[in-house]
Amino acid sequence: MALLLNEEQTMLRDSARSFLADNAPVAQLRQLRDGHDPAGFAGPTWSAFAELGFAGVAVAEAHGGTGLGAVEVGVLMEQIGRHLSALPFLSSGVVAARLLQLAGSPAQQAAWLPRIARGEAIATLALDEGPKHRTDDIALRAQAHSGSWMLAGTKTFVPDGHVASLLLVAARADDGVAIFAVPRDAAGVQVERTVMADAHNAARVLLLDVQLPDEARLPAGNEAALQQALDLGRAAAAAELLGIADEVFERTLDYLKQRKQFGKLIGEFQALQHRAATLYVDIELARAALAKALQALDATPQRAAEAVAIAKAKCGTAATLAVQESVQMHGGMGMTDPLDFGLFMKRARVLQELWGDSGWQMDRLARLRGY
Amino acid sequence: MSDTATIEGFRAETRAWLEANCPSEMRQPLRGEEDYCWGGRKAQFQSDAQRLWLQRMGERGWTVPTWPRDYGGGGLSAEEAAALQQEMRSLGCRPALWSFGIWMLGPALLKFGNEEQKREHLPKIARGEIRWCQGYSEPNAGSDLASLATRAEDRGDHYLVNGQKIWTSYADLADWIFCLVRTDSAAKKHTGISFLLFDMATPGVNTRPITLISGKSPFCETFFDDVRVEKHNLVGQPGGGWDVAKYLLTHEREMIGAIGDRSQSQPLGAMAAQSLGRDALGRLDDPMLRARIAEFEVDEAAFRALMQRFGEQARARQAHGAFSSALKYYGAELNKRRQELIMSALGSAGLEWEGAASNDGEAARDWLRSKANSIEGGTSEVQLNVIAKRILELPGA
Repeated sequence: MALLLNEEQTMLRDSARSFLADNAPVAQLRQLRDGHDPAGFAGPTWSAFAELGFAGVAVAEAHGGTGLGAVEVGVLMEQIGRHLSALPFLSSGVVAARLLQLAGSPAQQAAWLPRIARGEAIATLALDEGPKHRTDDIALRAQAHSGSWMLAGTKTFVPDGHVASLLLVAARADDGVAIFAVPRDAAGVQVERTVMADAHNAARVLLLDVQLPDEARLPAGNEAALQQALDLGRAAAAAELLGIADEVFERTLDYLKQRKQFGKLIGEFQALQHRAATLYVDIELARAALAKALQALDATPQRAAEAVAIAKAKCGTAATLAVQESVQMHGGMGMTDPLDFGLFMKRARVLQELWGDSGWQMDRLARLRGY
Repeated sequence: MSDTATIEGFRAETRAWLEANCPSEMRQPLRGEEDYCWGGRKAQFQSDAQRLWLQRMGERGWTVPTWPRDYGGGGLSAEEAAALQQEMRSLGCRPALWSFGIWMLGPALLKFGNEEQKREHLPKIARGEIRWCQGYSEPNAGSDLASLATRAEDRGDHYLVNGQKIWTSYADLADWIFCLVRTDSAAKKHTGISFLLFDMATPGVNTRPITLISGKSPFCETFFDDVRVEKHNLVGQPGGGWDVAKYLLTHEREMIGAIGDRSQSQPLGAMAAQSLGRDALGRLDDPMLRARIAEFEVDEAAFRALMQRFGEQARARQAHGAFSSALKYYGAELNKRRQELIMSALGSAGLEWEGAASNDGEAARDWLRSKANSIEGGTSEVQLNVIAKRILELPGA
């Protein structure tokens, strides 16, 4: 039953769903946004999420996590998407944790992974430098100086960057891509919170000649490790997109069965029926593509790139269509802030851009397939 | 022994049997429709290897692995059948038999046929001895299939059939037909229909091939003029034919949907790069086409995953009964996109209609043939109606 959830995974989904519905629903994101909350997420919710073992699902048991796989990460991310929960799980528990596990030294792993799994520390990857995701041209320089490193450059769109205590900074060293563990409070690190359309967290990070000891460099932090950690992140973002698509589609279907115009339920109109049916098929395709990618990440993580590119591309386009149709089919009401569709639309837009939009994923697929 | 050990044992035996029994010619990739083996009384085998392969697979019941042994099947579990399919794929074994009997009639007979009908017809389907065609559409009953008018008059011990069918695939090559007929003209349109089986060699049956835009004639008009059909050839209840027809259609839709999955053939991007060349960075030297192909390949891979997921759901009895409409709709549209992209990738070379260079216009004819995918077995619009009503439960009609 490779593409269907097993019993434990179904239980995980159900418990995550009920926890997030009770503790991190859309209303909470609204509150955080309207109150200009300085952290951008609810601390007690995050602690409770971690206490249930959710924050550490991708962290190995030896490092204090639950040591589950990509499928379980996907299960949680879908529910996060359905509830628009603002939690630093994707940045810290998924990508940063995976990168530390793949490339970090034993000391780095021991220092950070247990705290990440317990939700006590937030770590995040600082990667992008321009408006689009471009892993090929990292410009931020890392220069070696007799037993230490100096980092200089700027990072943008760093998820949860302003609340992270650890930044994993991707840099260009003489021998290629390198990753550095940079404490948020290191001298020369300037973090500016960038309030984004989706009311989730991001930051711009300036590294002004930051001096780091030699052991700050992740020993196995090369291009391959970076891509592998990103691939888990991309699949997780795809899962959040799928959760968003499912949620807005369900709500829109309900509306088609309630709203009357011209003396009829609008769901009786074939023009809308066919659009709903087309969207349904698109979402099912996205679900299957995602299941395939998560399975590949668990079975053969070094060879999962194609499946991940396919999943993020498909979940991205399906969710983009779903949020647009949800607004259109709700008419004027869909445009209003009190209905949640705008919030879903904004989050989907951000997730599209995160770690490569659908176009980037398609280009990557073409490159992987040699054309 | 655990289930896993059992299935792995079965897999090993199966592989050994296939290696010993599948002739090497039958492990070459299919070149085109001319390599399909349809069996039947008029079968013309391309080679001894093709005949032998059908005979061996038919004897073992592996042309229909999950059908019961009593009816000529292999009696395999779903897991065993999946293992057989995987092993055939990995060894490159061609399917031994293409058959509407397997894909469409068989499942309907297993569900609605009586014991005598199952014993009579299923083993001949399994062994490829009888080739079937489908008598559904009529000139005035296309998307509105239930308005069909072919009459079967009750004459005591037999029916007398009069009327006309259209788009009967390969009627001119088929031995028997499964046919929808009206047995009660007073009843409401869905309830007066019955499901009949009869021999195409019966006096009064005539076929006329229809030439399509591809220049080929896979479809026929089929005429019935006082055709005598014995009553034991009625499947299900008199007037209960629509239930049989609908059930059979779900299988037809899965079959047509499967054309969206061409995992055996060369990937489109590689094929286009071969045709058009690459730029200095090794990318297909036509950026717009490259983007369209990449977008297509994402959808194609997602569709393949969807087919796999549907198979798993079906085995776990979690699949929605109308999901075949989703597969049919998307698979058909996907194949049309594929054929358009192939034509773009081939450029003017793909436009050649005759001659050896183009294998008599194979690409152009396949492209044109694909336009029927979203019409046959229920149009894309009909599938979207089914999804809207049965899966999404939207109101109206």
